[in-house]
Amino acid sequence: MADPTSPLVTLTRPYRAVLSSRIRSQRSYRANFTIDLVSSLLVGIVELAEVGVLFLNVDRLGGLEFTQILIVFGLADLAFSVADLAFGHCDNLPTYLRAGTLDVFYLRPQPLLLQLITSNISLRRLARAMVGLASLVTGLVLADVDWSFAAVALLLVSALSGIATFAAMFVWAAGAQFFLIDGAEATNAFVYGGRYAASQPASVWNRPLKVVFGFFFPMAFTAYLPTVTLLGLPGTDLMPSWLGWCAPLAAIFTWAMALLSWRIGVRHYRGGGG
Amino acid sequence: MSTDTAIIETRELGRDFKVRDGVRRRTLTAVDDLSVCVGAGEAVGYIGANGAGKSTTIKMLCGILVPTRGSVTTCGLRPVADRRELARQVGVVFGQRTQLWWDLPVRESFTILAAIHGLGRTAETARTEELVDRLELAEFLGTPVRQLSLGQRMRAEVAAALLHSPRLVILDEPTIGLDVLSKQRLREFLVAERTVHGTTLLLTTHDMGDVERLCDRILLVDRGRLVWDGTLAGLSRTVGAQRVLVVDLAASTPDLVDVPSTQHLGSEGGGLRQRLAFDPDTTTAAKVLAAVSERVEVLDLAVEEPDVEDVVRRVYAARR
Amino acid sequence: MPTSIQTTGRTSWRPYWRILVAGFRRQSTYRLAALGGLIANTTFGLLKVAILFATVRAAGGDLNGYDIGTISAYIWISQGLLGSVNLNGRSDIATRIKDGGIVVDFLRPLSVQAASVATEVGQSIFALIPRGLPTVSIGVLVVGMNVPSAASGYLLGALSLLLGIVVSATTVYLVAAAGFWLVETRGLQILYMVVSGFFAGLFVPIDLFPNALRIVAECTPFPSMLMYPVDVLSGRVVGMDALGLVGLQVLWLVLTALAGHLMTRAGRRKLEVQGG
Repeated sequence: MADPTSPLVTLTRPYRAVLSSRIRSQRSYRANFTIDLVSSLLVGIVELAEVGVLFLNVDRLGGLEFTQILIVFGLADLAFSVADLAFGHCDNLPTYLRAGTLDVFYLRPQPLLLQLITSNISLRRLARAMVGLASLVTGLVLADVDWSFAAVALLLVSALSGIATFAAMFVWAAGAQFFLIDGAEATNAFVYGGRYAASQPASVWNRPLKVVFGFFFPMAFTAYLPTVTLLGLPGTDLMPSWLGWCAPLAAIFTWAMALLSWRIGVRHYRGGGG
Repeated sequence: MSTDTAIIETRELGRDFKVRDGVRRRTLTAVDDLSVCVGAGEAVGYIGANGAGKSTTIKMLCGILVPTRGSVTTCGLRPVADRRELARQVGVVFGQRTQLWWDLPVRESFTILAAIHGLGRTAETARTEELVDRLELAEFLGTPVRQLSLGQRMRAEVAAALLHSPRLVILDEPTIGLDVLSKQRLREFLVAERTVHGTTLLLTTHDMGDVERLCDRILLVDRGRLVWDGTLAGLSRTVGAQRVLVVDLAASTPDLVDVPSTQHLGSEGGGLRQRLAFDPDTTTAAKVLAAVSERVEVLDLAVEEPDVEDVVRRVYAARR
Repeated sequence: MPTSIQTTGRTSWRPYWRILVAGFRRQSTYRLAALGGLIANTTFGLLKVAILFATVRAAGGDLNGYDIGTISAYIWISQGLLGSVNLNGRSDIATRIKDGGIVVDFLRPLSVQAASVATEVGQSIFALIPRGLPTVSIGVLVVGMNVPSAASGYLLGALSLLLGIVVSATTVYLVAAAGFWLVETRGLQILYMVVSGFFAGLFVPIDLFPNALRIVAECTPFPSMLMYPVDVLSGRVVGMDALGLVGLQVLWLVLTALAGHLMTRAGRRKLEVQGG
């Protein structure tokens, strides 16, 4: 064949083929897609309302005002929704395992994890990401942000790291599903519980919660800590103010844990299951 | 058979599963001491009862499961270590699980699979056309997979598994649930594929029609162990299964009860058609025919092979 | 035991009791799932403790009538009920109505609605054992919480809890029964899922809502599923007020059950006319 194709184009062709078919299929059921978009939007709004209702009764929570918590909620929900859009279907692994569809992945010449990740995409989560984005922008406008190059860099780095961290949480959970199967809800405690935790000011947590959702699953690094750093607020116990710059480290750590979990899971599947 | 041309080679292959039996854990041996060599271009039927270890073996051949003991090479590759390279050379049809995208038209599934296997535009078009033509897929190429009948879906599955022209095709219960016509079509296609491309076939099945029409060698497993490796005829002989000579005679004849080395099974049409069973070890069809011809003119004849299921049942019974 | 001969038109309670017990048994086979649910409930509970305790303290110890003890009771009882109260809108009967299996159910000499509700309630009551009680126990032991002081409080609390479970089953049945007319009930189910948790007071008690929003919530059956049982069980609402809440639950039970009955009848007629 004569067409000049770069190695990148060739290498990504299988994944692009699957993903574009998924997108076309979702858009072809127009009525369903609209319902999905609306409900996803509602989920975001309801979650924001849950935070907002608390501030009707108090002025500050965990040292943050409402405009400041909007930044935390916005960063957390934006990052989670984007990760959910691209990685959320990893939750379906138990179904794949029960139906034996995972075996089909073994018959294709791509890495298993990449196949699983690129096997689907949920465009409807875009609506929820918009709620997060709107909350973030509102918060940034209303809160007293000292704008500088560093502030913009911090925001960008934190948002990208947050997406990566949540994505890794989905992969970590998928690895654990190889063992749990029926007990998949246990991982929800940390993936979806993680999202809930990420939208809270970590300053309200006790020490055990700080260890679990501050560091082991570094949820505080996706939104709260960068916000504290951005606004120049004082840190809390175990969490100094500068820690917000370390979001990329948290993402790398979570991915290392996720890949390890996936490896152990696959090894178990090949060796033990049947 | 030299190792160079071996498509499948297993040596003392074994696989155990740990199963929970209430509180206690016990080990269940699914495959044990399996040593088999399948050469390029062979068509092998892998048969045995449910739970005899067939699926476990297939999963080990494809790199889905790691063997507990022994070694396995498929297409000269180590299935687990070289899984991705192996995927380019093997096509698998699982009768029970789909490789197609249920909400997409059949054609689109083929396009995606072509991308997955990195087929060039020309190769993709040529191979798709060949498969569409030979498996008669044209009429439902634009139909979403979930709307296909079982027979149509199975043909589409086979095409999907063969799109990248694999050297080895493994079919796990390919004809299960199909009607007679669909089975027939699928078998004819597989015979042609093998003749044209020299593809090696390994199929597990409960349908003995598949074995009789497609396979020149069978592997029979019982409780994880290989109990026969050879031709179907040879297997029938070892269990003393008899062949049957059916003769159409020119005139009504009394039952031929005293032909040497045979047993009279029955007559139809007032003795115009008679069935004689004989043991292939003590006599031959030619000798029996000659003996009959001495008495009455034979218009037509047929030799019935023993029923495969009957043979398998005899093997199992003898081992219990 | 003497066997009663059933006459047509009068149905005995026994088949529904059997169905309820079967639903209970079926759940007991999913032990790992129950453990996973318990872990999830507890984790979310601890996070709710962190944020809501902080809110009570920020409000000076009295958050619209909630103190630390009552907010803790609210958190742990609602988390415990989560496995028993259907807040996702999914049900087996919805699938049967969609795929046409319901036709077979109509052939049985049982009320389709009652049988479906009995199955759901059986499963829900079972879920109290591996999920409900342990979650509440963890709350009591680890965090501490308010409990009713009088035995009557427990009795009324148990009744309120049972009513909450049944109201959630009768309401979810309405979502499923819409499938007699709608081709796809998924949209409705998702809407139920999004709205029910919020209005049932799952994340924030509805007494903390702004007035208008609270009135909207009170016009739905959702507070009857979770908020009212929690209020009665925790002893935050007592005496006549508690009886009033239970009365509201009964009202919603009657309304949703009646609506379900009418929809089932109309749906059956539609199937008979159109032949499924």
